[in-house]
Amino acid sequence: MTAAVASNAAGVFRRAATFLYRRPNVYLALLLIPPLLWFGTVYLGSLFALLANSFYAIDEFTAKIVYQPTLATFKQVVTQPAHIDIILRTLVMAVAVTIACAIIALPIANYMVRYASPRRKALFYVGVMLPMWMSYLVKVYAWRLILAKQGILSWILESCGLQGVLDAVLGIPAIGGPSLSSSYIGMFIVFVYMWLPYMILPLAAALERVPESLLQASADLGARPRQTFWNVVLPLVVPGLAAGSVFTFSLTLGDYIIPSVVGAPGYFIGMMVYQQQGTAGNIPLAAAFSVVPIVLIMIYLQLAKRAGAFDAL
Amino acid sequence: MAAAIEFRNVARNYGEVRAVDGVSLSIAQGEFFAMLGPSGSGKTTCLRLIAGFEAPDGGSILLDGQDVTDRAPYERDVNTVFQDYALFPHMTVLQNVAYGLRVRKVPRDEQRRRALEMLELVKLSALGDRRPSQLSGGQRQRVSLARALINHPRVLLLDEPLGALDLKLREEMQIELKNLQRRLGITFVFVTHDQGEALSMADRVAVFNQGKIEQLDTPRALYTQPITTFVARFVGGANVIEGELAQRLRGSPQPFAVRAENVRLRKMDDTVSGQPESQCTRCPGTVMDVQYHGATTRCQVRLDSGELVSAASTDADVAILPAGAAVMVEWPHAAAVTLR
Repeated sequence: MTAAVASNAAGVFRRAATFLYRRPNVYLALLLIPPLLWFGTVYLGSLFALLANSFYAIDEFTAKIVYQPTLATFKQVVTQPAHIDIILRTLVMAVAVTIACAIIALPIANYMVRYASPRRKALFYVGVMLPMWMSYLVKVYAWRLILAKQGILSWILESCGLQGVLDAVLGIPAIGGPSLSSSYIGMFIVFVYMWLPYMILPLAAALERVPESLLQASADLGARPRQTFWNVVLPLVVPGLAAGSVFTFSLTLGDYIIPSVVGAPGYFIGMMVYQQQGTAGNIPLAAAFSVVPIVLIMIYLQLAKRAGAFDAL
Repeated sequence: MAAAIEFRNVARNYGEVRAVDGVSLSIAQGEFFAMLGPSGSGKTTCLRLIAGFEAPDGGSILLDGQDVTDRAPYERDVNTVFQDYALFPHMTVLQNVAYGLRVRKVPRDEQRRRALEMLELVKLSALGDRRPSQLSGGQRQRVSLARALINHPRVLLLDEPLGALDLKLREEMQIELKNLQRRLGITFVFVTHDQGEALSMADRVAVFNQGKIEQLDTPRALYTQPITTFVARFVGGANVIEGELAQRLRGSPQPFAVRAENVRLRKMDDTVSGQPESQCTRCPGTVMDVQYHGATTRCQVRLDSGELVSAASTDADVAILPAGAAVMVEWPHAAAVTLR
């Protein structure tokens, strides 16, 4: 009796296995449903809920959300001068940080990939990622101390007799300020520090994919190292550059901690979102503001695509 | 006239490994020169030393009588066809071919005109606007050739250029390369591990082994008069007899080579010999394996003294000698080439 049940069960399994083998699509679907459910509901669903909120508006008197689709909140975002200021300020910072990260990351990644010995290369990878393993808040506050008026950086500059340089830099209108930790320059330094690994790693990956023989072929045909860089290396790492810049760009667009800990008092998009959904309780406005980075990144990707950034993919 | 390329006691080490170990050679202007050897023999390193991708640890390299040992690749009048073709994936075929002119700041319309000429030379005029990824292996090979030739180099270096092609294409390209070389009069230095390719194309061949040149000679001399056991085996696929057997057969332990086509097999009971005893070396053995190759049939014979000898014959009756048959192996004395 038990033996019959056992053999029956084995038969069921056998048939199920055969069934799945015959219909690979069913098999694939069974494997994919759990992660897709997660991705669809938790990931995209919450994003959709957020975006949906941006199409509502808040009632000025009751401070309650009116659940009627409207573009009023968006209109508020793109027409109020204060809001435009915030968007422009964040955008300029994001662009500046992205460019600086690219300029710093390219030589480092190139050295790591082409010149470093395997041991040193491993050391560099660890070095690049090490800051990513530390608490974000600790790093931001550490930077505030480093950049403070009596902080270590100004102390070092003073000891080197470079106080004048620091004063001159801080004297630049708009981006200067009383100290590095309360100026946009300081904020910029912290942003660049924070997001540099996100630029180095995709760039290094892109450089790894450029075969040595292409560089040799270029030199062989008479190109000087500079020409090889501009004609061969740079065009081929543009996809990596694009990937890295999406990171640095979007991370800067969305961050609210760095602008509130370091730098001048001007608002950034992230701070606005944080404040509107929290203390101000204006969820629709917060949602509308969080759409701004999405739109900006889409525009950026379109521009990159049009410039041929992904042709080599 | 100064030699196109001259190596003076050139050495290149990778850590403990002596990739190139004191090589001296001289390649004449307009010569089709092959560097032949198994992988790791130093032939490719020699080519890279000529191109300037590597610097020697010792010795000097001269191009056209000028010492270029310390010059960068872009300062040398040589161009390379890479084993993997190394075409720039982000450029069209035409841009790839024109690259050598572009980096030399040749005017744009001239770049285009000369690149088109080059494409015509390699019979790819129609494909100028394609990307390398849209080409077949043979087409990429031709683009790579056109790109390397556009600067009119004094020397063209080819690193296993036919390695990735299928047999038929390879044979076509061999003939085409040879014709191209004759027509352009450029010195070609060709690296290969395929001895057939080296013998059929080159004017002279340097056989590399363990970082040294074993023998540098014309293909015919390499094949008929090898001087080392390595060359006899690698180039001619010859039987090398050494040690005790050599002592017994020829009265000297000096190794010697006998090419398979000079070895004849006779049935044991076949008393009629083609050649007089006094002019032949004979030893008994057993057929181990028979391989039919069309024009020839190869037999592997285990001599009674233990050595394995292969015999190639066009004689149809060899084919009916079954594996396991006892045979008499013989070759004329004149066919034995004494080796170092």
